[in-house]
Amino acid sequence: MVLDLSINKYSDVTYEEKERLFEEAKADDRWEHILYGCYECGICVAACPSARFYDFSPRLIAQAVAREDVDLVYTLMNDSIWDCSQCFSCDRCPRQNSPGQIITVLREVAVRNGLQTAKQALEGYGRIIYKIMSTGSQVSPDMLQPDAFPDWGKHVYEIAENLDIWRRALPPETLHTTETSWKVDDKTIIELYLIWHMTGVMDLIEGIDEGLFMILVDVMEERLEEAGYDVTFD
Amino acid sequence: MIHLPVSKASERIFKIDPDTAPTHDIREELFQLEKEGELEVIRVPEPYMEVKTKFGRIKKIPLEKTWHHKSCGQCGHIPGYSTSIFWLNRQFGLDYYDPTDQTSCTAWNYYASATSNPEAQAAVAIRNFAAAHEVGYFPLIHCGTSFGHYKEVRHALVHQPELRRKVRDIMKRLGKKLVVPEEVVHYSEWVYAMRDRIAERQVIDMSNITATVHPACHYHKLIEEDAIYSEEIYGAQRTAIITGVLEKLGINVADYSTWFDCCGFGFRHILVSRDFSRSFSVQRKIEVMIEEANPDVTVTHDTGCVTTLDQSQVAGQAHNKKVGLPVMSDSQMAALAMGAHPYKVLQLHWHNTNNKPFMEKLGIDVKKKWAEFEVECDQLKSGKKEFMSWEDAEN
Ligand code: SF4
Ligand code: SF4
Repeated sequence: MVLDLSINKYSDVTYEEKERLFEEAKADDRWEHILYGCYECGICVAACPSARFYDFSPRLIAQAVAREDVDLVYTLMNDSIWDCSQCFSCDRCPRQNSPGQIITVLREVAVRNGLQTAKQALEGYGRIIYKIMSTGSQVSPDMLQPDAFPDWGKHVYEIAENLDIWRRALPPETLHTTETSWKVDDKTIIELYLIWHMTGVMDLIEGIDEGLFMILVDVMEERLEEAGYDVTFD
Repeated sequence: MIHLPVSKASERIFKIDPDTAPTHDIREELFQLEKEGELEVIRVPEPYMEVKTKFGRIKKIPLEKTWHHKSCGQCGHIPGYSTSIFWLNRQFGLDYYDPTDQTSCTAWNYYASATSNPEAQAAVAIRNFAAAHEVGYFPLIHCGTSFGHYKEVRHALVHQPELRRKVRDIMKRLGKKLVVPEEVVHYSEWVYAMRDRIAERQVIDMSNITATVHPACHYHKLIEEDAIYSEEIYGAQRTAIITGVLEKLGINVADYSTWFDCCGFGFRHILVSRDFSRSFSVQRKIEVMIEEANPDVTVTHDTGCVTTLDQSQVAGQAHNKKVGLPVMSDSQMAALAMGAHPYKVLQLHWHNTNNKPFMEKLGIDVKKKWAEFEVECDQLKSGKKEFMSWEDAEN
């Protein structure tokens, strides 16, 4: 898809709103360590995998934020940042910028503010957020199902069919699980939920996917209550 | 006319210039913060090996008393990866700890969706470090992303007093201390440090094998000064990780022009935008490796890299691309060299690309080995055994 950089693209959003979001990014503690200006040398683009397959350029992003082009930053925050692979190959920047980390910060602002484009970028990703937030593990053996990975061929059918036996045929005792990647203590999960609670991560989830937020709250509050914690996420 | 001296890159000798190389050592700041009562440093336990990092700093790699910070992608989808790491520890009789008081680093999600924040990310890291410290072991990080991310977390904690304060408060409420390891150590650094001992115990000749290497981005691009380099490997111009081990095993490591490129994993892409991952992995890595080096196997040292490089080849095959290259981790290669069972230990049935020709080239009777694994599975199916044990796997 060709990136539409015309100023009209988001003319319905006020300059003040765009500026507010940019200021939020600039206020991040990491900002002064990841942006020092830009030579426009293109080394980051040469190293960038996403630039090869998308109309995407870490140089453009570094330039936009360095020049403080509020309109352009807003457009990129909506239509470009989610193409990044977060590989940090662009850390080769001779100016010591980290375009990848600039993108991380811009993504956080997009998520925190519930931008529609962030919601779209994360469509279909909800089940993964559920997994990581509720179990502390990004993926699990039981996710290896043909409908989830149709392009991985018939091998996924074989794994799904043999999952229980193949998991029990693993010598490390911690790996006999199917719903999590290894056996995790109850107290560990409780501590993880308390971390989510204390750091306000659940507010981010609420802004992005309210349905998912409510399911997670139910699961977490119940387990926390069982463990003797009176904690609510509202 | 000015004549500039011209030389081929392969003929140039690169030397670290002590006057210009960054000499910053984050451990000095860690120990200073410890003196000021800001945090506690977990010391690398003895015995350890000393290895050189990119700009010459010596890094300590613990050999035992290691707390294995497992990887969700490895344990979940390619479990022979972690099983091989444990198997190596057991073969050398080393004291290691496989915890259940461990969460993943959650950084895969962070890089994929940004649905987290620096405080949460740091708290998850420190909770795991504290769990290791409480049982008297030192964290050894299995995942390349966890490794890179934890180095970033350490860097942020050292330089941001407010973040330190917040994380210290969170830990206090969890009844834990703010502890930071003296070194953040990736398991492949342990394999590298053990390479001489592994080679001494090698029972399978691998001198007829050509391999390509894919280094994980989050290993050598994030906090680059903390990755292992050696003058003997690529003239210290690229990380020595994996290559140093394979060369010790007698394998011919072949170069290819997209060595620096990522694997195409992309964090969110591998889960919800896989067209990118497939295309990049096949066109920029696998096809190039086959075209330029014609290897028997490609070896990497991270969760996402093994998965992406391996699974993407299915789509490549459907498009008549030049694919069909087995993908393994360095831990699996080391274990195989020492005679580990390809299915009971390496668990190669979880990998997708056909690896049988590679094993046959090594003289391994694949049919026999698979039959032995099936005997174990039959015993599990019939209820004769509930689990396959280490003893079963080691026989
Ligand atoms: S982190 Fe993003 S911008 Fe940087 S090289 Fe990787 S894909 Fe490109
Ligand atoms: S490598 Fe750095 S200086 Fe060069 S274009 Fe990219 S961000 Fe700008």
